[in-house]
Amino acid sequence: MSFLTSLVNGLSLGSIYAIIALGYTMVYGIAKMLNFAHGDFIMVGGYIIFTCVSTAGLPPAAGILLAIVLCTLLGIGTEKVAYKPLRHAKSNLAVLITAIGVSYLLENLALLIFGADTKSFTNVVTWPGIALFGGQLRIQGVTIVTILVSLAILIVLQLFINHTKNGQAMLAVAQDQGAATLMGIDVNKTISLTFAIGSGLAAIAGALLCSAYPSLTPYTGAMPGIKAFVAAVLGGIGSIPGAMIGGLVLGIVEILSKTYISSQLSDAIVFGILVVVLLVKPTGLLGKVTQEKV
Amino acid sequence: MALLEVNNLCISFGGLRAVDDFHMTIEKGQLYGLIGPNGAGKTTVFNLLTGVYAPNEGRIILDGQDITGHKTIEINQDGIARTFQNIRLFSQMPVIDNVKAALENQYSYSLFDSLTHLGKFRQVEKEITERSMDLLKVFDLDRFAETLASNLPYGQQRKLEIARAMATNPKLLLLDEPAAGMNPNETAELMKTIELIRDKFGITILLIEHDMKLVGGICERLTVLNFGRVLCEGPTKEVLSNPEVIKAYLGDE
Ligand SMILES: Nc1ncnc2c1ncn2[C@@H]1O[C@H](COP(=O)(O)OP(=O)(O)OP(=O)(O)O)[C@@H](O)[C@H]1O
Ligand SMILES: [Mg+2]
Repeated sequence: MSFLTSLVNGLSLGSIYAIIALGYTMVYGIAKMLNFAHGDFIMVGGYIIFTCVSTAGLPPAAGILLAIVLCTLLGIGTEKVAYKPLRHAKSNLAVLITAIGVSYLLENLALLIFGADTKSFTNVVTWPGIALFGGQLRIQGVTIVTILVSLAILIVLQLFINHTKNGQAMLAVAQDQGAATLMGIDVNKTISLTFAIGSGLAAIAGALLCSAYPSLTPYTGAMPGIKAFVAAVLGGIGSIPGAMIGGLVLGIVEILSKTYISSQLSDAIVFGILVVVLLVKPTGLLGKVTQEKV
Repeated sequence: MALLEVNNLCISFGGLRAVDDFHMTIEKGQLYGLIGPNGAGKTTVFNLLTGVYAPNEGRIILDGQDITGHKTIEINQDGIARTFQNIRLFSQMPVIDNVKAALENQYSYSLFDSLTHLGKFRQVEKEITERSMDLLKVFDLDRFAETLASNLPYGQQRKLEIARAMATNPKLLLLDEPAAGMNPNETAELMKTIELIRDKFGITILLIEHDMKLVGGICERLTVLNFGRVLCEGPTKEVLSNPEVIKAYLGDE
């Protein structure tokens, strides 16, 4: 039973990584940049919900909604102000370093506003969950909700990308920005939309993460952000199903190694797997080999 | 009134005057050729016309409207579409989606409709698919509709690029070496298709080409570019028999 419990918990944590990894992978695939500040949007989302629910006494649903809206706007704004001016910079390093700067900015703003002490986050999922096998296997409500939410996100995202004109524009921009503009596709709008979706998803991940692990600090988003980046690379960066699978694999491996090997070693194992996978398949599990341009 | 009127167009890259005092007048419905030795500045002229580069000097007037300095996306809405010398398809998308991606901007429906497949979505989607298939038929590509663009043979990829450009509904179509890499049969077929585009769709065409059989066969007027400057300009026959043009080409070989 304890194995099943760990598996379900791993699936749940993996779902959160997957939601974050989707944002990483979409931004990388479409805007061609690694947004290292992405993880901090989780933390921003967490603090917005915390303020709404614990300080202002609003219902959790209102807090989540506000977090999604504000993170989306913050994502669009960050892209416009910090990343867009560097889109055609000579070196990709410029925008990468800016992203790291944005990450520190967000963390330190949170430190300034909310202080360094750990806030205890109220679980937004009030449903206690279910008990199976005569009470031997208990699954928390937040665990189930997390898995279902990530599945729903994956399905909606796939529908959106394959069946809407904005989604098709995203695919086109991902493959050739210049050609896309010349075919009348609005590259700026498409990239804004990508950041909007990624940041909105980060807010949802923030709600779920802080509900499952109810302590909130300015650095809450940093480690999950890095893990989600690893998940995106593991699955094949740029690939949406890849982010999903990478996230799940990472979550399950992390929880299983915490349970059966050692909590201290779990991160080492997670990153070790990344190294091995990349040695065997440098493009990640579902990554395509990119062809050399003629 | 001419469809395209270009005057005194100049651009420098560092010290190199890639295009200098370029001028050209294309009438509606014309099939016009831009030729010249390698490195003469032909592709740069296309990049100037489509807003990829902003000219240092000069004016571009399309259908009576000054479009100098417009951004690429605006130029597409103004009515210029193009293909590329080195094919730039959305190579990881199916053939039909390449055309659809270019068509969809002309339609609108709400995000809600598109996610739920309700309302206007089905009808619009059907129309887009039909128009895409019609365009693919013109190029005999309809049987490859679901093939990944990168898996098409080279000649078919060139044709798909033309189909995609036409999907944006242009007044003026710019083709950068459409016959490059084609065998004589494919080139002959392409010449027919280009004439068809002009005759059936009424689109004015400006093309860059090194294949003199194609240029002599379908272009009505030519401009010859040499070292970034117009060497001469006029009806195809006259230009091709001009000793200076022959010299520029032979000097290049
Ligand atoms: N972005 C750029 N920066 C610097 N130089 C450039 C740039 N674009 C073009 N050039 C230079 O301008 C000149 C003209 O190039 P262009 O590609 O227009 O020639 P072309 O006539 O199309 O030649 P080809 O027949 O080989 O395609 C070349 O010397 C080229 O190196
Ligand atoms: Mg060229």
